[in-house]
Amino acid sequence: MNRVFENTMTSIEKNERSRIADFFIYLALILFGLVSVVPILHVLSVSMSSPNAVASSGLMLYPKEFTLDSYHFVFRGGSIQRAFMVTTFITVVGTIVSLFCTTTAAYALSRDDLPGANVIMIFVIIPMVFSAGIIPGYMLIQDLGLINSVWAMILPAAVNSFYLILMRNFFENIPKSLVESARLDGASEFTILLRIMLPLALPAMMTIGLFYAIAYWNEFFRGIFYITDPQNWPLQVLVRNVVVQADLNELGLTNRDLYGSQTINQLTVRAATIVVTMAPFAILYPFLQRFFIKGIVLGAEKG
Amino acid sequence: MSINTGRLSQSRQGIHLNKDQPSALLRLLTRMWKARALYIMLLPMIVFFVVFRYSPYWGLTLAFKDFVPAASLSDMAWVGFEHFERLFALPAFSEVFANTVIISIFKLVAGMPVPVLFALLLNEVRLTIFKSSIQTVTLFPHFLSWVVYGGIMVLFLSPGGVVSEIAAIFGINGNTLLVDTQYFRGILVITDILKGFGFSAILYLAAMTAISPDLYEAARVDGANRWQQMRHITLPSISGVFVIVLILNMGHILDAGFEQVFIMYNPAVYSVADIIDTYTYRVGLVQGKFSIATALGLFKGIIGFILIVGSNQFIKRRGHATLW
Repeated sequence: MNRVFENTMTSIEKNERSRIADFFIYLALILFGLVSVVPILHVLSVSMSSPNAVASSGLMLYPKEFTLDSYHFVFRGGSIQRAFMVTTFITVVGTIVSLFCTTTAAYALSRDDLPGANVIMIFVIIPMVFSAGIIPGYMLIQDLGLINSVWAMILPAAVNSFYLILMRNFFENIPKSLVESARLDGASEFTILLRIMLPLALPAMMTIGLFYAIAYWNEFFRGIFYITDPQNWPLQVLVRNVVVQADLNELGLTNRDLYGSQTINQLTVRAATIVVTMAPFAILYPFLQRFFIKGIVLGAEKG
Repeated sequence: MSINTGRLSQSRQGIHLNKDQPSALLRLLTRMWKARALYIMLLPMIVFFVVFRYSPYWGLTLAFKDFVPAASLSDMAWVGFEHFERLFALPAFSEVFANTVIISIFKLVAGMPVPVLFALLLNEVRLTIFKSSIQTVTLFPHFLSWVVYGGIMVLFLSPGGVVSEIAAIFGINGNTLLVDTQYFRGILVITDILKGFGFSAILYLAAMTAISPDLYEAARVDGANRWQQMRHITLPSISGVFVIVLILNMGHILDAGFEQVFIMYNPAVYSVADIIDTYTYRVGLVQGKFSIATALGLFKGIIGFILIVGSNQFIKRRGHATLW
């Protein structure tokens, strides 16, 4: 009797302590969430506020003296639209090229009746551990005549060794009997890949395709290295010049266009440029998030 | 007669040998012929690697030659290790090398525990909607480019911005944060952690979901409280992942985050922020000193190779799966 009583006492005590622990855990996690979201919220609010409101308040969590004039200004010069076109082209075409090269090669490498598969894997891995570096890469693009071409931002990134290995592992886990029985039915290798393997690999292709697409959308340093003609600048290069260098010329306008304005200044325009750049991804993000987590876990199990 | 037999047996032996060897080769060729469709599937990938990953190795010879603009690489004169000697004698070299290693190590030491702590806390939460919203929010910055995220931070840290006002409360001149050599590395490390901790935590969270609930059940029966369960069950179960992530990061110690530094640095903080890659870019592509920049790239490549292969061997020896 006594022991039961003692036990309930300690469990009540434990519950109490557990609730206090819970409070601090939730508090800490909310802080983690805030440091992730507040900077973004701040920039979003600045982009939609008047310069006066921005100047008079420190941290902004919502727009004050709401205006969309900064956005009008960002789009007025036409440069950012062109950069959007370039980046959209790179993203769409690049993702298709990457998925094609990666999937075909990954499937072939997953087959155990491929003579020399080990040699090819070594061939894939060597560049992962030893890269020639910036200058030889630049000289290659120059020799290929791709300086200032959008292809200079697609072709050198076409296959990511890590995703290739991930994809191969995925194919290896598909039962071999499927291939065998299809072959007995007289299906060619290409039919097997197209009709049997691809439908099964679709979720993995979605995830890896998304990672490729984000990498292309965020393409920056190849733009800086290989593209000197502003006509072919990807979005990230243009945005860097506007936001970090505070150079509004890149928007096709000058700082003089800002003079006398009560509704925008350099700061709000820079903020709007950032928001415009991340908007497409931010809108799609809630729908895509589950693929990311799946993909990372997929990689973790094998990596 | 006897000669004849000898010749016969000799030729027989010859036939025997010839018969055995080609058949192995023939069998391989037959297998390769049967797999021809698979080789066709590999072709785009192989062409890509030959052109964009292997042919630049030839360009590395530039480190041992004198660069001549608009000349072909094979026409340039060999100069041996002259560029390396010049490179190692530059005061900028040791500065850039030290910056790279210091920034990387700061990022490792300060950055590795944060996702672990975050994952441990998140693992304690039973409220699914809270858990997934926090995860959604913290994962988001990872997918932004450094241009966007660095831009957000630059606006945040600019004179008159939020942080500079908070800094002023503590008596720090907040208007010069981004051009102050005293704070710049700290800013690099903190913004790197802020951008990436949600993503890095996924690895640990995945390892935690693999822990059998029986273990916790048994611990509770033995009277272990939550803290003890975390210390003796959760933490040991993720230590393997932690070590792997740590070692993989060590393999990339000479990278230090080119895009981030390139976006956020400025001439005022070159002395503390300039890393190997940014220096290579400025010396090579901006100033056109291709040979010395190639030499620096090759130096980085070789050290990187040793570090990556070494760290992989280390992981393998511990019995974990590696990429090769």
